[in-house]
This record gives sequence, structure tokens and C-alpha cells, in this order.
Amino acid sequence: MTTAVPSSVGMGVARAAGEIRAFARNVPALVFNVALPIVLMLMFGTLFSGTVGDTGVPMHDVVVSGVVASAIMSAAFGGMAFGISMDFSDGTFTRLSATPFTLSSYFVAKIVFVLALAVAQVAAVLVVTVLVFGFVLPGDPARWLTFGWVFALGIVATALLGVLVGSLASDGRSAGGVIQFPFIVLQFISGVYFVFTGLPNWLQYVGAVFPLKWMAQGMRSALLPDALAVAEPAGSWERGTVAIVLSCWAVGGFVLGSAVLRAKIRRAFS
Amino acid sequence: MSWVVEVEGLVKRYGRKTAVDGVSFRIAPGEVFGLLGPNGAGKTTIVQILAGLRQRGSGQVSVLGRDPAKPRRAWRDRIGVVPQSTNDHADWRVGELVGLFGRFFADPLPVSEALAQVGLADEHDQLVRKLSGGQRRRLDVAIGVVGRPELLFLDEPTTGFDPEARREFWRFVRELSGRGTAILLTTHYLDEAEQLADRVCVLDRGVIRQLATPAELGAHRDDAVVSWTGPAGPEQVRTDDVNAVLRGLVDRFGWQVQDLQVRRLSLEERYLDLIGRSS
Repeated sequence: MTTAVPSSVGMGVARAAGEIRAFARNVPALVFNVALPIVLMLMFGTLFSGTVGDTGVPMHDVVVSGVVASAIMSAAFGGMAFGISMDFSDGTFTRLSATPFTLSSYFVAKIVFVLALAVAQVAAVLVVTVLVFGFVLPGDPARWLTFGWVFALGIVATALLGVLVGSLASDGRSAGGVIQFPFIVLQFISGVYFVFTGLPNWLQYVGAVFPLKWMAQGMRSALLPDALAVAEPAGSWERGTVAIVLSCWAVGGFVLGSAVLRAKIRRAFS
Repeated sequence: MSWVVEVEGLVKRYGRKTAVDGVSFRIAPGEVFGLLGPNGAGKTTIVQILAGLRQRGSGQVSVLGRDPAKPRRAWRDRIGVVPQSTNDHADWRVGELVGLFGRFFADPLPVSEALAQVGLADEHDQLVRKLSGGQRRRLDVAIGVVGRPELLFLDEPTTGFDPEARREFWRFVRELSGRGTAILLTTHYLDEAEQLADRVCVLDRGVIRQLATPAELGAHRDDAVVSWTGPAGPEQVRTDDVNAVLRGLVDRFGWQVQDLQVRRLSLEERYLDLIGRSS
């Protein structure tokens, strides 16, 4: 029979819908992924009261922007890395490979899934923050434009990093630690929960190598008043640098991630 | 005649270990072909190679007219694979999962029909992780047949089945094959191979020991057993020539041979014989 097989995108989207539903049923994972960032934000936002220097910007607003950035990375990096390592170790990938489901469908599904997760997490953070901290969302469309591209570039860069780490993790059950450990450390050296320039100098340099620091900075530039820019390492938002660093991570992640994933697939089917 | 599967001189090595060592066989349309053998015989490796999930070392392989090492979507649309049991998709619902896999195929079965065929009609809304071992296995089969395959690979399909479920499953496999689906079944249950397979290929350490119908399996050896009770207690011999043995017994004991029995080796005895592990 030569009936046309369904489209790659259609299959990927259908699978993503199922993955989202299945994820929503896994309550511990849901609490860990969605509730934990919010709880941490409330804790740190309450812990560090007052304002940043003489900028007049409340400390908790800085925490909010950082947590938005880290929620994006948690969804994209964590979702991708954990998903890929699990799919390979629990038989999902083989089961899918035995059907007309394609590798591009697989990535469509993963992208839609982490995108939905990121949108849900960021929305949850923003809603809570408006309700609890009385955070005022910016009204200027230009700021939402910045928000949009930092969100998009941040997702792409950290998702591809997730492909790399998820392909390196050999066992899905132990992958949790491999994925969470560096991510938690990264949050503390990237200025997510407190002002980045409050870190020792050398730690700032370490943090600045990784994408999360730049995502948090980009989010501050989108969500917080320009008066705060003086508290950044360069004394300005450095939006151009944010875009360049995140793009570099995206390109590097794509090159390394696809090479490592291809090797993993070859190994799995050799 | 066009064969559904043609395998010629198939070899597969993992490092220095040879998993499949020069295997050849062919499967006809609608045939149920059993791969029987102990763990490590190479059954799963052969299935994975034929299903396009593993690269072969050497040899010629054709599945539905194509080389499975270069699988295409249109080819995958015509085969179904039930891999060995796994615990994937635990947070999915049964109907949801079968429905999704159906979407990958050009002409899928309706979900309700796929579930009904394997006796899971009532579990449509159940979470996969709440299924029993046997139900989980039947779900695997439903996923394997939802695309109406011409060729179905069943890798140890009845693991975890109770006797009734196994019988039910056998009925289903016969129905499927009656409708023209060719089936490659691996199993280490002899009764399963005997019940289902048109031909059985006995594998041991990567080599075919015999390829025959279940009735013929092991038939070329001394497959009759004559037993009796002599002065020193029960005795038995295996022979090709029952008459000669009986004549010998009559010479020794006259016509009063105690507890005389003549029987054919059971399938299990013939099988253990074949793979060199006598019972």
C-alpha cells in the first residue's frame, strides 16, 4: 500500500501534546519544576529586602527577573536533557524508531514540549510575583520585544545544551543529578537570586562564561527600570553582548549536541 | 513466491562476542515463524536487525523487499514491532498512547479496535503504570499492530502472562496470521512455539540447530524412549529402532516385561537435546 504517511510536524505536535499531558500527571515532577522556582523566588525575594544601592529598585524585583531566566533554562535545558536521557534508557526512543515516526518529529515534539513548559513556568512566576510582590509589569512594547528575544534565544541556547548533556548522560535514572547539579550551581553564580555584582570578581568571570548570567541580565533589561543598569558589571544592560553570547552558545550547542546525539543514536543501533 | 523475509549468512558481533553466526532462513507471507532458543541465543539481535533497529555485521537481509539497514518511512509503515518488555510511557493513558502510535501510520486501526483485539478495551483510560505485567505486554502488542502491519515482530510477547491470558493471546496471533500477517515470534516457551509456529528455528549461541515444523523438531535423532522395570529397577533406552529393543527385551524377560512403555520424546526433551542440554 502506498497511502501517504502523516507529516513529520503533525506527528511531532501530536506527541508533544501527549508528553505535556503525561508530564502534568507526574505530580512530583510538576512540583519540582514549576513550584520549586516559585518557592525559591518567594524565599529569596523576602530574605533580601530593601533596594539595590540607591537605584530605588526593590531587591525582590531583581530576584524576579533572575527567576524568570532560570525558569526558562530549567524548562529548556532540564526538559531537553532529562527527556532525551530518559527516552534512550527506558526504550521510548527505540519504540518510536520502530515506527514511521522520524527524528525530525522527535525534535518537533521536544521543542514544543519545552516551549510549553517554559511558557507555563514563566507565566506562573510572573503571576505570583505580581500578586505577592506587587511587581509592576512593563508597559512599553519595546521592553516586551526585548523580553521576547531574550526568551527565544535563551530557550534555543539552553535547549541545545540540554541535547548535549542529555546525550552524554548514559542512564536516565541517574541523569537527574547530572542535570540538576550544574544547573543549581549555575543559578548561584549567575545572579539569579541576588545582585550579580555582589559576587566575588573571579566568580563573576566564571558565571559570565555561561548563558544563564546573560539571560538573567537580558531579563532585567526587559523587566526592570533603566536606573538599575548601573548595578550591572559594565554599568549598562549590554543587550548586544547578551545576544552575541547566547547566539554563540546556541551555535556551539548545536554543533556539539548534534554530533554527540548522532553518536549516541549510532551506538544505540549498532 | 515472494518471501516476506529473506536472511542469508547473517553474522553479528558485539566486540569479540559473536551473537549471530551465519544464520539463514526465509519467511513466507502469512507464516508464523518461531525463533526458539535459550537466553543469549541471538533471537533478539536477529529481530532488531530485521526490524531495522540494529546494523548487521555481514550477510544478506531483505525484509518486505528492502534492506532493513536503510529503513524508510513507507517501509516502517508496513511492519510492526513488539520489543521486549520495557517501562516507558508510564504516565500516559492506554488509549492515548495507542492513539498516538496509530497517528504515525497511513492506515491505522481505530484505538478501540486495537485495544479490543488484545483484551484491553476496558483499560482505555487507565494509566500505563497501573497495568499489570500481562496487561502492559498486551498494550505493547496493541501498539505493534495498530498500524495494520504486513509483518509483525513479537519479541517474547507473553512474558508475565497467566495461562489464560497466554491462551487468549495465542488465539489472537492465529487470527492475525489468518488474516495474512506474517509473524516472527521469539520465545523460550516450547509450548508457545508448538502452538503458534508453522516452522520453528532453534537457535543456540548464534547458530541454527534445526529449522523444522514443531512436529518434526529433533525428529532425526533417537527419538523413541522404551522403558520398563527390570530386576535392578526402572530402566530406559532411547532408540531409532523400537522393534529391535522390544525383541531384545522379549529375549531377556520373555513376554512378561514389567511396566513396558514406548513413547516419543516430548518436544521439550527433543529441544533440550538439540541445544545440547539433556534433561
